[in-house]
Amino acid sequence: MTIEVRNLVKKFGSFAALDGVDLKVNDGELLALLGPSGSGKTTLLRIIAGLDWPDSGEVAFNGEDALAQGARERHVGFVFQHYALFRHMSVFENVAFGLRVQPRAVRKDEATIRRRVKELLDLVQLDWLADRYPSQLSGGQRQRIALARALAIEPRILLLDEPFGALDAKVRKELRKWLRSLHHEIHVTSIFVTHDQEEALEVANRVVVMDKGRIEQIGSPDEVYETPATAFVHGFIGESVELAVQVEGGVIRLGDRQLNLAADGLASGASKLFVRRHDMLVGPPGSGAFEGAVQHVRNFGPVQRTEVALSGGETIEIDAPRDRELRAGDTIGLEPRRYRIFANA
Amino acid sequence: MTMQIAEPVSLSQSAAKARAHAAAARNNLRTEPKAVRIAIIALAIVFLSVFIVLPLVLVFAQAFSKGILAYLAALAEPEALAAIKLTLVVATISVSLNLIFGLVAAWAIAKFEFTGKTFLITLIDLPFSVSPVISGLVFVLLFGAQGYFGGWLRDHDIQILFAVPGIALATTFVTFPFVARALIPLMQEQGTQEEEAAISLGASGLQTFFRVTLPNIKWGVLYGVLLCNARAMGEFGAVSVVSGHIRGETNTMPLLVEILYNEYQFVAAFAIASLLAMLALITLIAKTILERHLDEGHDINDD
Repeated sequence: MTIEVRNLVKKFGSFAALDGVDLKVNDGELLALLGPSGSGKTTLLRIIAGLDWPDSGEVAFNGEDALAQGARERHVGFVFQHYALFRHMSVFENVAFGLRVQPRAVRKDEATIRRRVKELLDLVQLDWLADRYPSQLSGGQRQRIALARALAIEPRILLLDEPFGALDAKVRKELRKWLRSLHHEIHVTSIFVTHDQEEALEVANRVVVMDKGRIEQIGSPDEVYETPATAFVHGFIGESVELAVQVEGGVIRLGDRQLNLAADGLASGASKLFVRRHDMLVGPPGSGAFEGAVQHVRNFGPVQRTEVALSGGETIEIDAPRDRELRAGDTIGLEPRRYRIFANA
Repeated sequence: MTMQIAEPVSLSQSAAKARAHAAAARNNLRTEPKAVRIAIIALAIVFLSVFIVLPLVLVFAQAFSKGILAYLAALAEPEALAAIKLTLVVATISVSLNLIFGLVAAWAIAKFEFTGKTFLITLIDLPFSVSPVISGLVFVLLFGAQGYFGGWLRDHDIQILFAVPGIALATTFVTFPFVARALIPLMQEQGTQEEEAAISLGASGLQTFFRVTLPNIKWGVLYGVLLCNARAMGEFGAVSVVSGHIRGETNTMPLLVEILYNEYQFVAAFAIASLLAMLALITLIAKTILERHLDEGHDINDD
């Protein structure tokens, strides 16, 4: 099932949750909607599910107008951030719900329903919890039951709203892997919303980065990380050093200091310079584009997280390799291995 | 807080000291001296006894003052039986109406956003803030012989005032808020996610209501119905205005109590009153049980 979204606009009062969104989701894809809170990603998901309606724009499933249908007819599996399990029903009845409410003409008999629920509980590896109630389950178990319940109706599309948002870090990591392998197994077109970049980059085939109701970039996890399209994406994904610079006639200035960096093809004006923390190479004073004094060093796994006060006033944080010990008070030169410059909007 | 590290104190001694300190600290949390505490509690008990327990005891004492046979005879009077029957009929009608209305109103307010929502919430509370007598007068104004619909009703030979419909209407109006008020906060707390989940799983509106919404609020519904019923059976002011006090026909239990009392039939008056008092006691017990269930039913999806 392909999903096509064209020029979607949704306003809550004067706040534009979606401000002209275009998106095409391929059949069988596992897509992540990534963005900070308030970026409109959940609103987009709810509109695709039919739980919210846009002010204008189009949504099509396989080329068919989806907005003509209600949530009930769209046949979309939706997994809620807070699970939304039916609290008065057992796990078994929760999963069976979608099968039991089908119109009488197509409803399966009790034995078929039981078999199907059993299969789904096996799929999420929780068949031993069938008689429990949601309040007796852990967060990770609830989330997997919510997923089994959504899959029961054999959805054409699976939508997950911050599926691991309410879980602790360890369970979250496990479930991430599990979701990936599950998607590999059932291959239903899936979209999940997250504000956790690691989750998006690790699980999804493609990542859609959103901010303020607009799509900033669509690409593979590698693309959005390696070649961010906008200043926002660079700042949001991965950890970067961000410096306000001035570009004038092929020259880049940080404060009144001229940086020895290529500025070919850059528009003049106030801009932002981004360097990944680990792309700042440390050398002797005077060796790089920047110079600064080490303020503070913390050993952080394989790297030394180092605070450097640049001559020019700003203090930045870089990740230097452990091969050369840095100490507070050292004066060092810094050369960006790779960098990107975006003109201010 | 001071630490005396240098002092050579054995471990068990210091542990005992720490315990004593902890106990002292606990007592200090209740800052009032013991005498004050006792005085306050005593005051509360005396107040409760004089204003609540004593009247209740007196009702039963008066009812049984001429023995149990006189009590039963008073209840078996045709007038008393008619009043009991009317009260039950009126309570059934108004509780049913308010159950439906309360569910619909609470559903609309808790699950949807619409303009005029605040106004509707205020409107629901109106019967609580208006004197019941005025509530009754409104119906006299509408349906009385000189009222807006009076002429039309007379022409079509429909009796509303001084008959069961009028009493039921007035009671319904006065007990309007109970069910809705019990449900609105509960439904607001539960949110709309379970309903959204049901609909995305293919459930229709009615299936969603009966399979998801109603089971989640059933204790709240019972709670509202219970309080609504207690008030419906006990209502005096509004009913008094619209009833016309026709003996054996339009007297509810509270009205009959007043009439009998004014006629110096104390045993009969208090016998009926004792039934209302018993209703109150049963309501209280049921309310306590329901409140326990309500606490259990709170949100599990939000932790």
